[in-house]
Amino acid sequence: MNTALHRILLLLLLALPWAAQAGDATDYAHASPARQAKLLEHWAAAPAPERLPLIEALRANRVAIDQDKTPFIEEAGGYRALEGDAEPVGTPKKLRLNNRLRGLLNTALASHQLFADDPAQRLSAAKRLQRSGKPEQLALLEQRLEAEDDPAVSEALTLALANLQLDAADPAVRLAAVRLLGETGAPMARVRLENLLADEAETDAAVRKAAETSLAQVKRKLLFGELLGQAFSGLSLGSILLLAALGLAITFGLLGVINMAHGEMLMLGAYTTYMVQVLMARLAPEALAFYPLVALPVAFFVTAAIGMALERTVIRHLYGRPLETLLATWGISLILIQAVRVLFGAQNVEVANPGWLSGGLQVLPNLVLPYNRMVIIGFALFVVLLTWLLLNKTRLGLNVRAVTQNRNMAACCGVPTGRIDMLAFGLGSGIAGLGGVALSQIGNVGPDLGQGYIIDSFLVVVLGGVGQLAGSIFAAFGLGIANKILEPQIGAVLGKILILALIILFIQKRPQGLFALKGRVID
Amino acid sequence: MKRRPLLKSTLAASALMLSGLFPFTLQAAETIKVGILHSLSGTMAISETSLKDMALMTIDEINAKGGVLGKQLEPVVVDPASNWPLFAEKGRQLLTQDKVAVTFGCWTSVSRKSVLPVYEELDGLLFYPVQYEGEELSPNVFYTGAAPNQQAIPAVEYLMSEDGGSAERFFLLGTDYVYPRTTNKILRAFLISKGVPEANIEEVYTPFGHSDYQTIVANIKKFSTGGKTAVVSTINGDSNVPFYKELANQGLEATDVPVVAFSVGEEELRGIDTKPLVGHLAAWNYFQSVENPVNEQFVGKWKAYAKAKGLPGADKAVTNDPMEATYVGIHMWAQAVEKAGTTDVGKVRDALAGQTFEAPSGYTLTMDKTNHHLHKPVMIGEVQEDGQFSVVWETESPVRAQPWSPYIPGNDKKPDYAVKSN
Amino acid sequence: MNQPLTLTAAQKAGPKLTAVALGAVLAVLIAMPLLHLLPADHALHVSAYSLTLVGKILCYAIVALALDLVWGYAGLLSLGHGLFFALGGYAMGMYLMRQSAGDGLPAFMSFLAWTELPWYWYGTSSFLWAMCLVVLAPGLLAFVFGFFAFRSRIKGVYFSIMTQALTFAGMLLFFRNETGFGGNNGFTDFRTILGFPIAAPGTRAMLFLATVALLAGSLLLGWKLARSKFGRVLTALRDAENRLMFCGYDPRGYKLFIWTLSAVLCGLAGALYVPQVGIINPSEMAPTQSIEAAVWVALGGRGTLIGPLLGAGIVNGMKSWFTVAFPEYWLFALGALFIIVTLFLPKGVIGLVRRRGEP
Repeated sequence: MNTALHRILLLLLLALPWAAQAGDATDYAHASPARQAKLLEHWAAAPAPERLPLIEALRANRVAIDQDKTPFIEEAGGYRALEGDAEPVGTPKKLRLNNRLRGLLNTALASHQLFADDPAQRLSAAKRLQRSGKPEQLALLEQRLEAEDDPAVSEALTLALANLQLDAADPAVRLAAVRLLGETGAPMARVRLENLLADEAETDAAVRKAAETSLAQVKRKLLFGELLGQAFSGLSLGSILLLAALGLAITFGLLGVINMAHGEMLMLGAYTTYMVQVLMARLAPEALAFYPLVALPVAFFVTAAIGMALERTVIRHLYGRPLETLLATWGISLILIQAVRVLFGAQNVEVANPGWLSGGLQVLPNLVLPYNRMVIIGFALFVVLLTWLLLNKTRLGLNVRAVTQNRNMAACCGVPTGRIDMLAFGLGSGIAGLGGVALSQIGNVGPDLGQGYIIDSFLVVVLGGVGQLAGSIFAAFGLGIANKILEPQIGAVLGKILILALIILFIQKRPQGLFALKGRVID
Repeated sequence: MKRRPLLKSTLAASALMLSGLFPFTLQAAETIKVGILHSLSGTMAISETSLKDMALMTIDEINAKGGVLGKQLEPVVVDPASNWPLFAEKGRQLLTQDKVAVTFGCWTSVSRKSVLPVYEELDGLLFYPVQYEGEELSPNVFYTGAAPNQQAIPAVEYLMSEDGGSAERFFLLGTDYVYPRTTNKILRAFLISKGVPEANIEEVYTPFGHSDYQTIVANIKKFSTGGKTAVVSTINGDSNVPFYKELANQGLEATDVPVVAFSVGEEELRGIDTKPLVGHLAAWNYFQSVENPVNEQFVGKWKAYAKAKGLPGADKAVTNDPMEATYVGIHMWAQAVEKAGTTDVGKVRDALAGQTFEAPSGYTLTMDKTNHHLHKPVMIGEVQEDGQFSVVWETESPVRAQPWSPYIPGNDKKPDYAVKSN
Repeated sequence: MNQPLTLTAAQKAGPKLTAVALGAVLAVLIAMPLLHLLPADHALHVSAYSLTLVGKILCYAIVALALDLVWGYAGLLSLGHGLFFALGGYAMGMYLMRQSAGDGLPAFMSFLAWTELPWYWYGTSSFLWAMCLVVLAPGLLAFVFGFFAFRSRIKGVYFSIMTQALTFAGMLLFFRNETGFGGNNGFTDFRTILGFPIAAPGTRAMLFLATVALLAGSLLLGWKLARSKFGRVLTALRDAENRLMFCGYDPRGYKLFIWTLSAVLCGLAGALYVPQVGIINPSEMAPTQSIEAAVWVALGGRGTLIGPLLGAGIVNGMKSWFTVAFPEYWLFALGALFIIVTLFLPKGVIGLVRRRGEP
């Protein structure tokens, strides 16, 4: 009898932590959204380690409830009860999340992760709490700070705490918090300090003075970040313009073909990327993350082949009649667009950024540099270098330059001009294809993709001076940076109009573009 | 020999020109012709092509059930090529050459405005299936898309609610043309009436086809430090992909700053990787994910149709709000013709008033008795990882449209029934 | 290329036959609006659809002709003629909007809550002033643009790209609601012109006749110019500008005159286009529209005056037909046509005539 009672008691005791957790999941499952929010706030202020799996499952949207509102977690096609071992009655339905709950879950998750063994996890949790910490978490943060032994996490926690200590009763604590905020340069610090100073909210003179100094400090740091951000976005836009225009700089700049189908080469490059992505997802899913790298050579050869085929069949008959290439390539462009529309549909296709091109690098509190844009800037420079090497350091480049400078003389010297034309056109198209791969990583991929870039491409090439690769580079970055300086001042629409007006004025000044050929040659 | 060519060429040219005027007008007496006026090429093809296919599917469906008044419907498809004057020309052609009983078509407001005088002049009947800015009420048009009070205002009300994140600052971002400008004007008036100070509302516009959202996303971030912020996006089709990609890559999450879009539906999401976008919102009157037997059947039929016709991307075929509006519009018209016993425009118009239809949205939609708009439910959907939306909020019952928004001064004097503008 | 093809063709064909052929076309064009006035059930009735369609194509033909004057004769490829066309159209549209608004503000403005007209709208309720604007707006813009461009001796593709930038900037500007031209929706829903209802058969017929008259007038003017010394200087300018300068000519004045004239012609065509198609919107300024105009000219035959008219007729006629006959595939046909014409008919469609005519 005694032993039996003992056993039951022991069982109950053993079940106690279980019961506590079970209560949480059931509570949550039965609660209304408003009550769920309250629960989460409470959890965030008083974390319990055994609650972590539940919060993680909730955050990943993997919790479902059946008809009896019993909570389950979705696992590999099946359902496991979050508490006890109940079997679902009927098909469980996912618990609905909304943005408010997601935000609260993030905070609650961060609170719980402050207890994690991995310092990196604790650090990221502390950083999240810097942004979204709630006054109720003050005690928790103080307690964790005391227990923390990793210096980096300590620092992050101090800062998260400082955000909440602006309301502290002790002026000394407020003063320390204000000073600390001044050193962060975080956008939120600025708002908090401004609120502190506004409407005489702060009464202590010393704290006010410190807050003013800190605010000035934060503003300076923010301004620096903004300027850096503008410079980066200008460079990034410039590199995109450059990639879009570089192929044209060869087909139009060197060969003199008014290539209206250039935009479609970009589009085909982007669609090739899409095809590579689809094929790799099917054939080699483990290497899918590297599909843009695989797409580069494929896109280059596909577009180069199409370009060479066009040159052989259509454009070669039109040398010496440059304006008529306008008509023919316009026709080609219409056909290519409609062909893609018929094959792939009129809608955009999905080209996803792989993991290593998603997200960005937090350089300053108010400056994130997206990885895809950084990679594209580097890639643009790489393509420029490649083109320059090809044109200046190879036999092919020598021949191309010879043919474009004096076709007859080159032919006399034994340069096979027909073949060179074909290869040069293929090269230009192939580079446009490379541009297409890059464009697919920042924008949409649809049949009209090329139409959006063709005008800008021509502007870049002409502004730089036809036939001048260096000119195209300067023009692209110049346009990109000018655009990004103007946009914050007068808005995107007027900015674009003003840029066009400036280009018109600029060409008045330099009728041959930035890099005009110097010489006394006259036609 | 030398003299004839010029003569010949001039005659040939005029013959060619004339041949364009008299297209095939083969006509079988026992069919009813139905015009479909959606762009299949040019910039709007991205949105309108699927509406054409949806219209054809619906017509097939009606024909399979025996047609209307015992006659089969015969679709006449034309391509106005995203060219607005061409819309007017094709509209006139459908009405006078093909003599269609009704036309289903247009997407942009400007295309509707372009054909409107033609339909009023010739007393034709047009069903317009897309959400728009209102400010119009023609007796010759039935609007099966949403008016601003059936989409924009409920969406903002949701953002201001606790569940929507209690937003207090609003970044109104749009492409610079009439629909965004008007919608934002209405929203601004609405927000101010709700006590939101002017300083908390920012309006930003970008040119058509804008693809560089770096500066704007940075500005949104800066703006959002001032308090709970929501972005209301009326960005037009193609610019959405670069905008959302930039948003995701600059690390702006829906939990920090939710974006509610009025022109992004399931079709648009097909072109975007939605994993980083989970939690962003869209406001419509229908989502593919709504659960009810009518919708299940509707989606199933569409997928089967896309597969059977070999439409591009058929394996990933989705339905969206304007497609549902097209579907509802065609069925309502067919019902009205049955009721009127004729395809005569005046009689069908009268029969349409008060017409009801059990729609895939899960509601029984009613055509208003006077104002030519549908009573529609409003739903807010959250983007999910699979490119679908999950409905997080919806109105309790269908809402009556207010084509003349009360938030625009002077509209109180406009009549709430259709009047010919000339 | 020693002299304009038309001249050669006309000389070879003999003035009489050319006149007969042109006369026949003119007779058909004049008869069309008259037949439109017949009751609708009459066998010879020309429908409003056909009339507006041909009217639209005729307006495009005027643009093609105007473009041929600068491109074919003076060698200046403009990729921005759509801007001048649209400016003329907008000037006419302003008048038409004022007509339908009566004493009030145009609908789109009262909706923007504007209480008074912007300054550039003053006087547009007067038909005469609107007509002045039709000429002045494109004319002045072209004059100023041309003055600076030709002073800096901008040539070839630089000139083309500048005109393209100009029309692109214009399009973006007119897209804005704040610019005061109805934004993307532009102007629609016109009711009366000079007090006549715009949809009445009589008004349609008159507008059509005016278009035919403008086209005939422009053709005649073009012909006269091409035959005159002025035309020969222009051709010389196109073929060897430097040599011309060495001969003591200053090319600037010649270029500026023909450039401005061409822009004004486009503006007039635009003004006649708007009441016939019933809408003007910034998409007329889209660079692709202007490129298309260049395509009409190239297709028909550059520097021939008649050729561009044929080009505009063929391309637009085919477009109207194809978009109904094969809505999904018409772009293939159109694209193929462009390629085939360039490859096999280097002098355009009109060249076909000439080559056959040669022994």
